[in-house]
Amino acid sequence: MTGVWQLIYEWLPWFDGVVASIVIILIKALALVLPLMLVVAYFTYAERKVIGYMQLRIGPNRVGAKGWLQPIADALKLMTKEIIFPSKANIYLFLLAPVLAITPAIAVWAVVPFDEGMYVANLDISLLYVLAIGSVGVYGIILAGWASNSKYPLLGALRSASLLVSYEIVIGFALVTVVMIAGSVNLNDIVMAQKGGVLHWYWIPLFPMMIIFFISALVETNRAPFDVVEGESEIVGGTHVEYSGMTFAVFFLAEYANMIFMAVLAVILFFGGWHSPFEGIAYLEAGFSWVPGIIWLLAKSTFFMFLYLWIRATFPRFRYDQIMRLSWKVFLPWTIVWIFVVALMTQFKIGPWF
Amino acid sequence: MNFEQIIFYILSFWFIASSLAMIFSRNAAKAVLFLILAFFSAASIWLLLEAEFLAITLILVYVGAVMVLFLFVIKMLNIDKSTLRAKFAGYLPLGLLVAAVIVTEMAMVLGYNQFGLDVMAAPARHGADYSNITVLALQLYTDYIYSFELAAVLLLIAIIAAITLVHRKEVKRKGQSIAQQVKVQAKDRVRLVSITPKNKENKS
Repeated sequence: MTGVWQLIYEWLPWFDGVVASIVIILIKALALVLPLMLVVAYFTYAERKVIGYMQLRIGPNRVGAKGWLQPIADALKLMTKEIIFPSKANIYLFLLAPVLAITPAIAVWAVVPFDEGMYVANLDISLLYVLAIGSVGVYGIILAGWASNSKYPLLGALRSASLLVSYEIVIGFALVTVVMIAGSVNLNDIVMAQKGGVLHWYWIPLFPMMIIFFISALVETNRAPFDVVEGESEIVGGTHVEYSGMTFAVFFLAEYANMIFMAVLAVILFFGGWHSPFEGIAYLEAGFSWVPGIIWLLAKSTFFMFLYLWIRATFPRFRYDQIMRLSWKVFLPWTIVWIFVVALMTQFKIGPWF
Repeated sequence: MNFEQIIFYILSFWFIASSLAMIFSRNAAKAVLFLILAFFSAASIWLLLEAEFLAITLILVYVGAVMVLFLFVIKMLNIDKSTLRAKFAGYLPLGLLVAAVIVTEMAMVLGYNQFGLDVMAAPARHGADYSNITVLALQLYTDYIYSFELAAVLLLIAIIAAITLVHRKEVKRKGQSIAQQVKVQAKDRVRLVSITPKNKENKS
């Protein structure tokens, strides 16, 4: 690959190679976003199929062989549908809202290390970047609720604003423990620190934090059983009520891109990122050394993505005040206690993680 | 003009333009959005200065949390513009006086003779292995540990003070105790009774 980058630098020599750098970043971003959109499309197909089988149904099976073209058909339908603007809505903010939802959802992927040296940007503070950009995503929902000038979207937006702000604190504290063990806020370093087999991954010393992180990720992405933002049995469709066609599809894309990102982040932080699970086991390590790291990363995150669907098919929706209590009275004390536990473990060098 | 300068001027333009737009916009929600844009421009300028930790913290704390609460409050409030305008004329002389004092003060502190490359040399560029967050953490937790801890204690006191201000003795109200609701077991609500059917008794 370095040969190709060198060629681009030679073709575009303006501004000391800055133009070439921008072109390279654009190429990398395209190589990231296009597969991501494909994964999102087929994740929706997987969701319908998995939940269908769990409920003893078949799921989509009409379009293409076994329904494989269903997401394409859905995308075409959404693209050709008419976009309706509520007459009293604030048009600019109404159209800005989906943009503000999708931009952070894609921008966070810039720092994800897919393999050794395989990333768009090796940011020194990538974990903080993930938190910061993730917290910007809430504006899409808040603006959608406010600009629609309608009752149910506003209720949904209020719910989501308070939920996201309180669960960001929980996620932040849970990530502090990871940073304490790894000694870095760079995602690449965090993955490198987990080298050396399944027992060296952080899911053992941080087991409660992993569970808290995953449940908080469910809240952050507005997934069942915490999807009170949409809550179709209470407030019709929440913030999406007034959105139709492509404007709705953009929200949909953002939500699923966020879900996949949270699954990948859980793998990077607690399950060794792109490290093979067979590291340190004599024959298996050699036997599987040909598998590229990105395959391991995707395989592990597929499990978490499946967990999203499994949880959605299993649990009934939480009541709003119960979700709030879970955050402030259950998760927050647990994370603070675990920070002290991790501090003691680091001080006395317990286990192979330090 | 090199590329960095072009970026700096674009960001500065956005910073000033969005700040002005924030002051002059009539809609409170739009003003908050322009303020967010101003925060983003300021954060980007800090990134140009290699202060990435400050930049990210600005976005994380102010854009991610504080401004969300601002929007939250604005949505809840029903601001009546006509009463605000009526008071505007009455407050104008006092407001102009205060504004004049602030402008002179700022001109004295932030005047053109306080800045420029002859007063403050351009910060040296660091290498690719320079880590802003490591340097900052070392400074905070070694040289400035007492001021850092003091700030933390001050914030804790502020939290306690805020809670004691609004916390009152338990009023008689019909709230739900979620802890109790969650603790409920099936056996508290449902009583299973085993009844032997009469026909069976007759047969045996």
